[in-house]
Order: sequence, then structure tokens, then C-alpha cells
Amino acid sequence: MIEIRDLHKYFGALHVLKGIDLDVQNGEVLSVIGASGSGKSTLLYCINGLEPIQQGSVIVDDTDVHAKGTDINKLRTKLGMVFQQWNSFPHLTALENVALAPKIVKGKSKAEARDIAAKQLIHVGLGEKLDVYPSALSGGQQQRLAIARALAMEPEYMLFDEATSALDPELVGEVLDTMRLLAEEGMTMICVTHEMGFARDVSDRVAFFHQGVMEEIGPPGQIFGDAQSEHTRKFLANVR
Amino acid sequence: MEPTVSFFSGFNVNDLWFLGEAALRTLWISMLSISIGTVLGVVCGWILYEGKLAATLTLAPFLDIFRSVPLIIQLVLFYNFAPIVGLNLDPFASGVVILSIYTAALVANVARGGIEAVGAPMRRAARSLGMTYWQDLRYVVFPIGGRAVFPAWVGVALGVMKDSALVSVLGYVELLKASQILITRTQEPFLILSIAGAFYFALSYPISRYSASLERRWAQ
Ligand SMILES: Nc1ncnc2c1ncn2[C@@H]1O[C@H](COP(=O)(O)OP(=O)(O)O)[C@@H](O)[C@H]1O
Ligand SMILES: [Mg+2]
Repeated sequence: MIEIRDLHKYFGALHVLKGIDLDVQNGEVLSVIGASGSGKSTLLYCINGLEPIQQGSVIVDDTDVHAKGTDINKLRTKLGMVFQQWNSFPHLTALENVALAPKIVKGKSKAEARDIAAKQLIHVGLGEKLDVYPSALSGGQQQRLAIARALAMEPEYMLFDEATSALDPELVGEVLDTMRLLAEEGMTMICVTHEMGFARDVSDRVAFFHQGVMEEIGPPGQIFGDAQSEHTRKFLANVR
Repeated sequence: MEPTVSFFSGFNVNDLWFLGEAALRTLWISMLSISIGTVLGVVCGWILYEGKLAATLTLAPFLDIFRSVPLIIQLVLFYNFAPIVGLNLDPFASGVVILSIYTAALVANVARGGIEAVGAPMRRAARSLGMTYWQDLRYVVFPIGGRAVFPAWVGVALGVMKDSALVSVLGYVELLKASQILITRTQEPFLILSIAGAFYFALSYPISRYSASLERRWAQ
């Protein structure tokens, strides 16, 4: 379970997250929507400790992410993250991309790491591409490679930061399908997304962010059908 | 008729050996200096990249000095002033010290560029997998950044190998010094300088070829 309490984040004088309170239950799929600059990415970075916070707390399974003594690297193996930019390691094959972290972070043997990597690549539909370098993969395939790379750490949570925003339109579907598959398998997911179809069909809840505030959160039916906040309605009217 | 006995005798096979040995010495002093200088340079480049104020304020000007003062002046100054501070170094050791620092000064900029070539998003992705700062550096930044600036580094290395000829001013008998000795004896500067040039070419050509093939392999 992820528990976020009164989270404040500043970049210098810029107040980017203004007191976020949010719980994400195990097995839940939460979509986060909102205009560009509203603090969605920053929220994810605060959850896995890529950004420090100035006030409040983030607790993941009873571990305080931002506490002094926390082994943040160990904690991050629980929190897989997929970015807008897929960031494949260009000098490694698909298999090596996925096997690297299990080997060096978790200390798996070479053979074990390869097995895990092959399993996850097959999982995301890249079983044919094990020995291919990223430069020979399409954007959609590289993004699925990034998903496999995160899954190889056997995370309990997955954070997606606009995983499809940098893709050519015809490649969006295959990545959304992979995310849908993870959701069906029961993965706990926080998905920052501009894909309203995905948010409506796949998520248990949708959160709308506006200028650093979580304005509204609820089941997709409520957010898309009966939004309480003026800002939410305006935003949804514009993206449609 | 008596054959003319000359103080100057012609170029012979032994002289070729002499030059060959000198070429090995050029290779040795270059390899040593380039290796030490590269390690130092990468560390300096990393310090410059991390940009901690104090380190940058002291290190950057220090490296600038070694980059901009002609190597021959550095060599002569160091060789003559080192004994004053109690360092009694022979020409070879003095050459290695100065060539290494000179290499480090050049490599520092190359290395910083290499680290910069790996963007913040790539490094965040590595850290999000649970890699430590050092694992990210070792397994992600060095291989990716290293490939990006490898051609620049090869340029530095080949340059330093040629510049190692300047150590001859300290009396170390590498390729250029050996050529000068033979020219004085044989009075055949064109022949001997051509042979010396051919040796320099033979030393650098395989390196450029090998690095070009590496680059091709990485580019796939
Ligand atoms: N590293 C940073 N330094 C300074 N400001 C930042 C940084 N990252 C994000 N911001 C600012 O924080 C605000 C929220 O950004 P972000 O979380 O990326 O929004 P979103 O993902 O919703 O588009 C924006 O105004 C952005 O300019
Ligand atoms: Mg964003």
C-alpha cells in the first residue's frame, strides 16, 4: 500500500505539489490526469524518491520513502517505473537491458538473470527480440522493453509516466495493451496518462491534478460522467 | 687507391634496429602516459561534471594551465625544477609525469563531455531500477558516454603519442632523439626522418584502424 500524507514539493520557490493526500491500495489501478505542468510527474518522482520532498510523507508498505535511514535503492526495486522516454540502454541487447539490474542490484547469477529477462521479454511480447539491440526496435517495442526491464525486478508497484506520449499514434496500442495485461494480472499501478480511454476502461480510480492540487478523485464513471470540479470538466472538455 | 676513411659512415641495418628499439620506447612512454593520464582525466572530468564549487574553482584553472602552456616548456621546466623540491627524476620519469598530466588535462574535458552525453532521463531510469549512484556510473554512464566520446579520446591518444617526441629534449632516446643521433652520424636526414615517420605511422595506423572498426561495431 502507498500512503501519501500532506505532501509538499518545491522546486526553489516554485510550489509544485501543494499538500497531496492519497492512498493506493494493493491491486488498484489509479490513473492520474491533468494539464501539463500540474505536477503529475513530480508526484511519481516523490513516490520512488527520485525527488526529495519538503513536507509530508510517502509510506510504501510501512517504509517511509524520505526518512533518513531508508535504503532507497532497495525500496526502488519494489517500485518499477516507466517513463515517457523509454531510455533503453543502447549498448546492450534487449536481453542484457533487462538482465542488468537483476544481476547487479539483486545479485542474481548470470544464468538466473538471463532467465528472468527472457521470461519478462516474452511476457511483454518481445520473445523474438532477445538478442536485438534497441536501435533495431520500434518506439513501441522499446517502451515494452522498458516495461520488461522494470518487471524483472519483481516490483509490487508500477509507476507509469505518460508511457505512450512519445510514441507514434500507431504504436500506442501495443503499449496500452501491455499495461492492460499487467492490470489484469493484478499489478498495483499508478498511471499518469493522456489516454482517456485507458483511464476510463482500465482504472479503478482516476485522480485529476490541477496546479499542484489533487482536485478530484473517484471512479472513472464519476470523473468522466459527473465531475464535481469546474477544472475537471473544463480539462475533459478540451482533451476530447 | 686508398678508400676514403670518413667519420660519417652510412646508414646500415644496425641503425634500423636502433630506430626500431627507439620506436618501442616511444610506444612505451606513450602507452604509460596515456593510461595514467586517461584514468586521472576521467576522475577530473567526473569532478568537473559534478561541479562542486571548490573543486571546479581549483581544478579547472589547473587543467587549463597544462592544456595551454606548450608541452616542451612544461617538460623543460619540470625536469629542471623538480630537483629543487627534492624530486630527482630521470628524463623518462619526468616525461611520464608531464605527459600524463597533459593527457589528463585533455581527457578531463572529453570525459566530462561523455558524462554529459548521457542525459538525466537515462540516469533516472537507471536509478529507478534500484542502481546506486556508482552502479549507474559504472554500468550506464561509462559505457554509453565512453562510446560517445571514444573518437575524441583516440584523437587525444594519437596526439599525445606524437607529442611524446618532445621528451627528446630531456635526452630520453625515443624515436625522434634516435633519429637526431643517426642524422648527426650519417648526414642522411631525409632517409632517416622518412624511416622515423614511417615508424610513427606504423604505431598510430593500427590504432586508428582498430578504433574505426570498434566504432562501426558500436554503431550497429
Ligand atoms: N527539475 C525541475 N526543476 C524545476 N522545476 C521543475 C522541475 N521539474 C518540474 N518542474 C516544474 O514543476 C511543475 C510540475 O512539473 P511536472 O511534474 O513535470 O508536471 P506534469 O508532469 O504534470 O506535466 C512544472 O511547472 C515544471 O516546470
Ligand atoms: Mg509529466
